[in-house]
Amino acid sequence: MLLRLLPGDPANALLSVGADEAQIAAARRQVGSDLPLPQQFLQFITSLAQFDLGTSFVSRTSVLDEIMARLAVTVPLTLLSFLLAIVVAVPLGIIAAVKADRWYGAAISVVSQLGIAIPVFWVGILLVTVFAVNLRLFPSGGFPPQGWNAPLEALRTLFLPIITIAIVMSASLLRYVRSATQDVLGSDYLRTARAMGSGFGEALVRHGIRNGAVPVVSILGIELATTLLGAVVVERVFTLPGLGSMLLLAIEQRDYPNIQGVLFISTLLVLLIGFLADLAQRFIDPRLRERSGSQP
Amino acid sequence: MTDVLETTPPARRTSRSLTLSVGLVLVGLHVFAAILTLIWTPYEPTAMTGGRLEAPSLAHWAGTDRLGRDLFTQIMIGSRIALFVGAGAVAIASLIGVTLGVLAAFATRTLDDALAATFDILIAFPTLLLAMLVVAATDSASLFSAILALGIAISAIVARLTRILAKRVLAMDYITAARTAGSSWASIVFRHVLPNIWPTLSVNFALQFGIAIIAEASLSYLGLGAPPPNSSWGRLLQEAQGTVYTAPFGAVAPGLALVSLVIGMNLLADGLRDIGDPTRRGRR
Repeated sequence: MLLRLLPGDPANALLSVGADEAQIAAARRQVGSDLPLPQQFLQFITSLAQFDLGTSFVSRTSVLDEIMARLAVTVPLTLLSFLLAIVVAVPLGIIAAVKADRWYGAAISVVSQLGIAIPVFWVGILLVTVFAVNLRLFPSGGFPPQGWNAPLEALRTLFLPIITIAIVMSASLLRYVRSATQDVLGSDYLRTARAMGSGFGEALVRHGIRNGAVPVVSILGIELATTLLGAVVVERVFTLPGLGSMLLLAIEQRDYPNIQGVLFISTLLVLLIGFLADLAQRFIDPRLRERSGSQP
Repeated sequence: MTDVLETTPPARRTSRSLTLSVGLVLVGLHVFAAILTLIWTPYEPTAMTGGRLEAPSLAHWAGTDRLGRDLFTQIMIGSRIALFVGAGAVAIASLIGVTLGVLAAFATRTLDDALAATFDILIAFPTLLLAMLVVAATDSASLFSAILALGIAISAIVARLTRILAKRVLAMDYITAARTAGSSWASIVFRHVLPNIWPTLSVNFALQFGIAIIAEASLSYLGLGAPPPNSSWGRLLQEAQGTVYTAPFGAVAPGLALVSLVIGMNLLADGLRDIGDPTRRGRR
């Protein structure tokens, strides 16, 4: 909505150069920008409450339908990369902390340092160069027009994008897992458990995982939200018709209903993910259930 | 608790100073290249000095682009743009972020809660997405709009950190003492709060510098960054992707330049943190 306050009349997006006054007025009536701002805002809020996100200025299709179609690409892309990143980062992060004095523990830490300094689109371009251009194993981009009705083809096109996101995501996740593990390793309860005769591995599994998981889960929530929205760059690299590329196109075309719609839905998703992460933390750590409200 | 400094093995300390030195060297190389481009570049940046899409050679260290221009020259200019964007974005972010953060720490409870919630919501959105929206709001993409966008996007992170750090300082006894002695609001901020939180903040600035550089490259890659005469690394990579079937090497050098600067900044941040905070020296 704030975007409406900014210079540039969205009606201009509908018109070609050299439109006369009458055409401009008609276009304004059509997009509603002839009404005073408070009234525009009221209309916007009432239609949001009914989940009516309006129709696109450019394609004249329902914004909600378009978003749903694009979520069918973005959600599987995000979730699969997320799962892959967890599977890679959690064990490696624990190894990096427990075996910090061995060469491979240190090597994992150094590689993760590299990983957080690499822009995700460069990883994508390099993977395209190796696996799509040279080895011709996977397509360099695109998504089958029939979508998930061609599941194998769809998965094949998503393979490189998933790897791309997972590489960058697991690097940053790994650092959090390593640091959480270090905290566990230095804790009194672990020492007590060892002193009471638990083996190192047993103590780590029985006492460490539950304690170490709490901060990691909250990071996971943030990472998931970031990836969901941040997939825009990867979608551009692989020309995937996802939510991010919808936003990018909408920004380029000043298609305000689409911009607002994508922002509204992504805000809902971010809040939902935060809520789920909170629930997961309470499930893991009973102490959090008793405390009301979050820590300052 | 044992004395961390004494139990730190000598080897560890060497690796600490190694972190800082490698960081300094990497960042220094880029700063040197950036300053050098002001007076000298291997070729004219816009001159067609070779064949199209040549592979790296002695004459063209990183090859040439699709118009036959020297890529190494453009990458050097890219250093200048990246450092300029990073410094500009961090400057804007620190100006807005530190002001709002200190304000929140001093404010009444309601205002503080409102500000803290705003920071949290803004942080939940990726830096890049916020920056895209700010660019969309300004009329045309330019180097300035990219810097402004990134500065605004990063300021929420700085504000939240400043608020937490400032609150911690404000709870100290010496602040109560200063207040009792009749120190003014401004004097407490400038004499006590800012000097105490500065070391931690500056480490964070170095990290945000790296994040800003990656985000600027992403914006340029998406076509929302500085327009063509500015050879941002992101735009070079975007052009290289277009010719990846004929000239796959073009995507390597600009990426390496970018990664080396960001790693340099991160190492610098690590090194600075170890100097500023001796309690962290023992752990990694």
